[in-house]
Amino acid sequence: MTTQILSVEESATVHAPDPVVSAEPYASAEAIPARHTPTLVTVIPSTSRRRGVPRWIRRPVGPLLLLLLWQIASWSGSTSTELLASPWTVVTTFGDLVSSGDLPKAIAVSLRRAGTGLLLGGSIGIFLALVAGLFRLGEDLIDASVQMIRTVPFVGLIPLFIIWFGIGETPKIGLVAFGVAFPLYLNTYAGIRNVDSSLVEAARTVGLSRLGLIRHVILPGALPNVLVGFRYALGIAWLALIFAEQVNANRGIGQLLNDAQEFQRTDIIVVCLVVYAFLGLTVDAFVRLLERVLLSWRPAFSGA
Amino acid sequence: MATSLQRSVTTLDGQDGTPLAVGVRNLRRAFGDHTVIENLDLDVPTGQFVALLGASGCGKSTLLRILADLDTEFSGDVRVASRRAVAFQAPRLLPWKRVWRNVVLGLPGRPDKTHAVAALEEVGLAHRANAWPKTLSGGEAQRASLARALVRDPELMLLDEPFGALDALTRIKAQSLVEQLWQRHNPAILLVTHDVEESLLLADRVLIMKDGVIAHSVDVTLPRPRNVSDPQFVALRAELLTWLGVGDGDGVGDDPHQATPAAGRIPPQDAQESLPKRTIHS
Repeated sequence: MTTQILSVEESATVHAPDPVVSAEPYASAEAIPARHTPTLVTVIPSTSRRRGVPRWIRRPVGPLLLLLLWQIASWSGSTSTELLASPWTVVTTFGDLVSSGDLPKAIAVSLRRAGTGLLLGGSIGIFLALVAGLFRLGEDLIDASVQMIRTVPFVGLIPLFIIWFGIGETPKIGLVAFGVAFPLYLNTYAGIRNVDSSLVEAARTVGLSRLGLIRHVILPGALPNVLVGFRYALGIAWLALIFAEQVNANRGIGQLLNDAQEFQRTDIIVVCLVVYAFLGLTVDAFVRLLERVLLSWRPAFSGA
Repeated sequence: MATSLQRSVTTLDGQDGTPLAVGVRNLRRAFGDHTVIENLDLDVPTGQFVALLGASGCGKSTLLRILADLDTEFSGDVRVASRRAVAFQAPRLLPWKRVWRNVVLGLPGRPDKTHAVAALEEVGLAHRANAWPKTLSGGEAQRASLARALVRDPELMLLDEPFGALDALTRIKAQSLVEQLWQRHNPAILLVTHDVEESLLLADRVLIMKDGVIAHSVDVTLPRPRNVSDPQFVALRAELLTWLGVGDGDGVGDDPHQATPAAGRIPPQDAQESLPKRTIHS
């Protein structure tokens, strides 16, 4: 390809502008190409444009550099280890917490709470969205109430939940469920209402019944939105869990955090935060996998 | 879904005794104060290929939507064949169902792949049966949509500018495909179009819709496959253009498809063996 362009470039320079001809540009047919010599640029195919270092190596460089800076700051004493433990201390503390079994146990408890809350709140949210999205009567009865309740910050419900459910597992699961129900409701409802009406018409002309229409057209059409709602819901589930576990919890990551705060163990706090971050990432990766399987019909825009 | 249509009627005969696929009397449809269709009568005998021409906004698509039972806010007497299928300008395939599942969508019983593939075979798309609709080209998607209509073995096919979104070359192929399918299965066809030449190439009868009624009807008795450079064709074309209020009658140059060479039209591949002797209804 490159050689081709070069040869064009050569031939172009052969037809260098002739001063006599260019003075009278429209005099003859031969005069026109000689008038102006374009400057040729070589267009490089994107395959050879890529730099040598692959992307999966380049991407972690930024975070690793940050970690290194943090470690250097701790060593040099410019940040007090009382206020923020060094990365290395965090790593050793992580090792200790894992070998003592405290951390795995806490993670298991927290995961179960998040999972149960998600399942409960998610089913309620999606069920309400189906009723409101598919039936005019359902919309009239449900939508206004849900829109009203969703403006209540769920953290504000903690005192009420403690009065209602005590300090056991129920208020924690309840808070997660309350938090996740709304993003799932809103997105599922919007997904159902935004299904392409031309597809619904086409499905009607092939004789689909109302039930068939819901099953073959409306629900699959709403699925991309449901999955977006699911991702929001997962983020909120972790948030709700942190709040819930810091109130009267005797197990779970939140309780570990609370104890660490009392003993000023910044290393444990950082370990817990990192664990939250990794759990969040793992779950998000799971949803993305789910999207890839369920929405395989969609030619995805993978980013320019 | 056909709640607004009279299901009790089994047959309806036209003036010459041919059973009708469409019988419309005194149809009226208004959007608010704006009346689109007023006192419209229309008969389409079974097996006849009818093209409905008209400027945009003249109500031709509204009429087709009424016949497809997608628009029920009308008054008048509308009777249409119970087995009917629609193909729209956009293919309207469900993007989350593979092509063959789109084709058999809505058929009673379990989705039968061999049935779908047979229909796709007819439109030359069997090799794409397992593809996702979004990976099809415009012409392929439109052919899949024709297969979806065809698989229902319709007595009436309603085509709403099905070639409108196709490029010129693909359109020529798609037009001859529709002609071929019509000759093989012989449903009544109502083709809504704004392309005069297309209507003359395909239809037995061309109707011009104007001011909410059928203003003019032309029987096209030219032998098939038709040739755009045939003097009779040219004369008919000029007549229709005059009725549409375009051009001064010679018509040359005001239709982008004028330049289409007649030799470029692909004749039906198996016209010899499957072409039934057709009588042109008038």
